[in-house]
Amino acid sequence: MRDEQAFLEYVQGGGQVETADWMPDDYRAKLVKFIEMHGNSELMGVLPEREWILRAPTLQRKLALTAKVQDEVGHAQLIYRVVEDLGKPRERCLADLVDGKAKFHNVFHYPTKTWGDVGVIAWLVDAAAIISQKALLKCSYAPYARIMKKICWEESFHILHGRDVILAMVTGTPEQFELVQEALDRWWGPLMQFHGNPIPKDEDPMYLWRIKSQGNEEARQQFLEGYVPQIWELGLTVPNPKLRRGDDGTWEYSEPDWDELKYVVTGHGPKTDERLAFRRRFLDQEQWVRDAVLAA
Amino acid sequence: MIYEVFRRERNGQAFEHAGSVVAPDMEFAEVWAREQYGRRGESVALWLVPRDAIHDVEDWADEFDLKYRRVDGYSIKARLKEARERAAQPRKVLTHFPRDGEG
Repeated sequence: MRDEQAFLEYVQGGGQVETADWMPDDYRAKLVKFIEMHGNSELMGVLPEREWILRAPTLQRKLALTAKVQDEVGHAQLIYRVVEDLGKPRERCLADLVDGKAKFHNVFHYPTKTWGDVGVIAWLVDAAAIISQKALLKCSYAPYARIMKKICWEESFHILHGRDVILAMVTGTPEQFELVQEALDRWWGPLMQFHGNPIPKDEDPMYLWRIKSQGNEEARQQFLEGYVPQIWELGLTVPNPKLRRGDDGTWEYSEPDWDELKYVVTGHGPKTDERLAFRRRFLDQEQWVRDAVLAA
Repeated sequence: MIYEVFRRERNGQAFEHAGSVVAPDMEFAEVWAREQYGRRGESVALWLVPRDAIHDVEDWADEFDLKYRRVDGYSIKARLKEARERAAQPRKVLTHFPRDGEG
């Protein structure tokens, strides 16, 4: 099979591709772009939470948060391996990342102001992420789909950890409850932007190649259906007065700020520069470790 | 060097390919693999194999049509139907083995 049209029909019919198989250049380029951004997001995603390891309220929370950070960095390693086998070495992925040439998910460009943010990230940001990742279990590129099994398995711990943090706070003092509500108010916008603009899936090149197996709006609806009732049952308010579940089960909401999404992911988020500078500093500082290990 | 990692989830199960790690030697590869595939007790054993050591076989020519080795080489539906129909008919009992020329 060396024909782009036949390949397209193959993946659209549920066919899966292995590393050594022939694939169209466009498919390979799209895979690298998509998977690299996923790896970058895992790596950058630990920074907002890392800031709270030293400030975690109990020893148990500190250990759990450390374990979560280790998991996410591990995901980045697995994902960069997949990108490397597609032809882009990890060193180049990291260089492009710290040079601001590559993207990572919008939610990791924002600050974590309080412990409430840690709960909202681990519960709701991870919930949104696991919806995208579960859909990747059916990715047409099989090596990526296979590592997603391990990633989804570990994310399920993170959601529980986040829910536990939130439950401890909403059952605590009024001040603790307010911390959660205030964090939710700040995170709701980025959460609604997380799955991307509602481009019809048949116009989404990632869907056409079956890299993704669902459309953006489908993912967002699944998130709302799964998690809004859980937010409401805790007595929290979702900061969107238009949010309601229609009679046909479709959630209605006011239009997310797509300009903000575009602006943030192109490197203009409130914490983008600071976090990239942090990565750059550690990449330089730890060069000797890579040198020593590779010389072993 | 790339090492492919295979993991056994429970005793008695087959090893399954899990992923790969990059390491300068087997000792480092083991450290990475333990962290990636064993830190929550999700594996009882790992196999680490240098990618170069794997001999890939993907070519499955069936030039001699060896269907008789496979389930799809045996189409019994029509014969079974016939056998059942015959079984429903009164059977002619042989009193002796027919010789040449006998009906």
